[in-house]
Amino acid sequence: MVDAPFTLGAVAYDPKVVTIWDGFRTWFNARGFPFDYVLYSHYERQVEELLEGHIDAAWSSPLAWVRARRLAAAAGTFVQALAMRDTDRDLTSVVVVRANSDIETVAQLRGRVVGVGAVDSPQGTLIPLAHLQSLGLAAGEDFEVRGFDVGVGLHGDHIGGERDAARALTEGRVDAACMIDGNHLLFTREGTLPGSSMRILTQTAPYDHCTMATRPLLDAETAGRFRELLLSMSYADPSVRPLLDLEGLKAWLPGRTEGYAQLETAVDTFHFYDRAGHITALDYRP
Amino acid sequence: MPDTSPLSTIDLEALGLDRGAHLLVDRALAVLPVGGRLLVRGRAPALGIHLAVWARARGHGIEDLPAADGETRATLVRGGADVARWFGAERAGDPSPSGVSDRPDPTWGFAARGALVEAGGKSLPLDLDEKRWVWTDLAPQLYAQAAASQWDPNTAIDWGAAEPLPREIEAAVVQVMTYLVENEQAALVVPARFLGRIHPHFREAMQFLATQVADEARHVEVFTRRALLHGGPLGASGVGGRASLGTLLEEPDFALASFLLSVLGEGTFLNLLAFIERFAPDAVTRNVARLVRQDEARHVAFGLGHLEYQVTQDPELRDRLRAAIVRRHDALASTAGLSEDVFDALVILAAGGWNPEAIASGYRAVERLQVDMHDGRQRRLVRLGFSSADAAELSALHTRNFM
Repeated sequence: MVDAPFTLGAVAYDPKVVTIWDGFRTWFNARGFPFDYVLYSHYERQVEELLEGHIDAAWSSPLAWVRARRLAAAAGTFVQALAMRDTDRDLTSVVVVRANSDIETVAQLRGRVVGVGAVDSPQGTLIPLAHLQSLGLAAGEDFEVRGFDVGVGLHGDHIGGERDAARALTEGRVDAACMIDGNHLLFTREGTLPGSSMRILTQTAPYDHCTMATRPLLDAETAGRFRELLLSMSYADPSVRPLLDLEGLKAWLPGRTEGYAQLETAVDTFHFYDRAGHITALDYRP
Repeated sequence: MPDTSPLSTIDLEALGLDRGAHLLVDRALAVLPVGGRLLVRGRAPALGIHLAVWARARGHGIEDLPAADGETRATLVRGGADVARWFGAERAGDPSPSGVSDRPDPTWGFAARGALVEAGGKSLPLDLDEKRWVWTDLAPQLYAQAAASQWDPNTAIDWGAAEPLPREIEAAVVQVMTYLVENEQAALVVPARFLGRIHPHFREAMQFLATQVADEARHVEVFTRRALLHGGPLGASGVGGRASLGTLLEEPDFALASFLLSVLGEGTFLNLLAFIERFAPDAVTRNVARLVRQDEARHVAFGLGHLEYQVTQDPELRDRLRAAIVRRHDALASTAGLSEDVFDALVILAAGGWNPEAIASGYRAVERLQVDMHDGRQRRLVRLGFSSADAAELSALHTRNFM
């Protein structure tokens, strides 16, 4: 019987995911590291199967990381954040209003309508709403939240929700819209948000995005070898560069967990998961 | 130890990264070494946020973002990703025709010949990727000639000058035109099928075939237009002629297909078109034949040229050429070949009248035409290195349908 390969889970939020992990699979195998992958239709099942040990690693959204960490802790074990993309570090979200709006301060959002992305989007919904909460405005109480649920279960990987919120802002259907900084630049460039007629009201503190989570009890040598290979991927290598471009990174960096503090707070604030990692958000159906 | 190297500075003024400011930042970073620092200043709204996003995506570092008095100030640290991207890049041969590679890398794909090609990527599924299979040094010249010789069917022929002909003469013209349309449609499809299989590195060969396809499209148009000029119905299409043309599509090898189509078929058509030009009963038919013949002569020259080149590289090709003629002959042995309708129509055109003497003269002219076709094919076969005896034998096996 052939030894089982190291198996990674990834969420199929886009057809390119197959190209990416097929390519990485070939790359790892060529380096003597038997590797395979399985795809999930949403993050919740992937997290659960990581905790059950069906997969060795899970390419995880920040929200998936938070849940995996909580589930593991509740079970008296732990998961590890092994590596992340260089582009996963120090992101921010912004709350945008129309430039001619009478909303000059965050406090003036009181009584207004704020557009957000999918219910499970860290960057388009949870973190910016927690940011507003930290500034004294409770979502759903001090202002109305209008969600644009596209790709629920994909933890905001699908850009559609944020784009719909941005469109609603330009069309006057909401008074403010939340989005990740990178999408603000993208929407401004593509014309979804005409730059001169929009204004950034507030920006969150930096946070981290995806991470490569490994299952409880994965042996240190295997984890170390996997991490070593990830970190050795060079942008100068033509066999891997197209895959790095598709996945949106120039280099893998060591994982770190301090960048998830804002999201942990948001998850508690909005009762998305409980402390043991159970899904408690009432309106969440992945 | 603190970095004490002088800091380069760029002032973007009011230009934002959503409006093209990245070009200025890129330009300023390009002259710095990896790790070099650039102070970026600007007053565009959201510049600080967008700079961080942009730097992150490009693999540059960003050190601080202290904004003051409406001005954003950020220090970018040049990353090495753009340098790494071009590691192992190579030129896709030389842009001039003399620099064509014998076997271009399939990963060069559609890159312009001579372009700097980023290493990696998938190969294009192009099987005609060796110089000896598609090239002739005449290709640039023939393409230039083809591009300069394109004519507009609407203006190159004075369609309004057409005078009505006696009914039976008109019917003969229409029958010949109907036959020519059928043949030219085959002559369009055959090179078109190979066009997409040629490595674009052999640009002039690809361009030439594109003009050949366009030529045939024009020929189909003018022959159709002449056939319908006086409102009559089109002529007949025989099974034998269609079977003969169908065998051209069955030949998957570019060398063999262009041998059968261009060297033998279109070569034979040069005589046919000269015949029609000579005996045409009206100016429109004469001019149509003349214009088409000029194009066909180029197609024959290209086909002969690249086969001559290929034969010098691969003398055994001659055996395959011989086998292709024999195979096609055998496949068509049980078919009728040129339909009687077409043959008779040619006789009527050359006769110019209905008395026995005129018909006898027309018949002799068509016999002479077939001798001329046979002679022409033999000359071209000899150019490809066949002996006179072989050329005579092989020419005799060519389809009776002419194309």
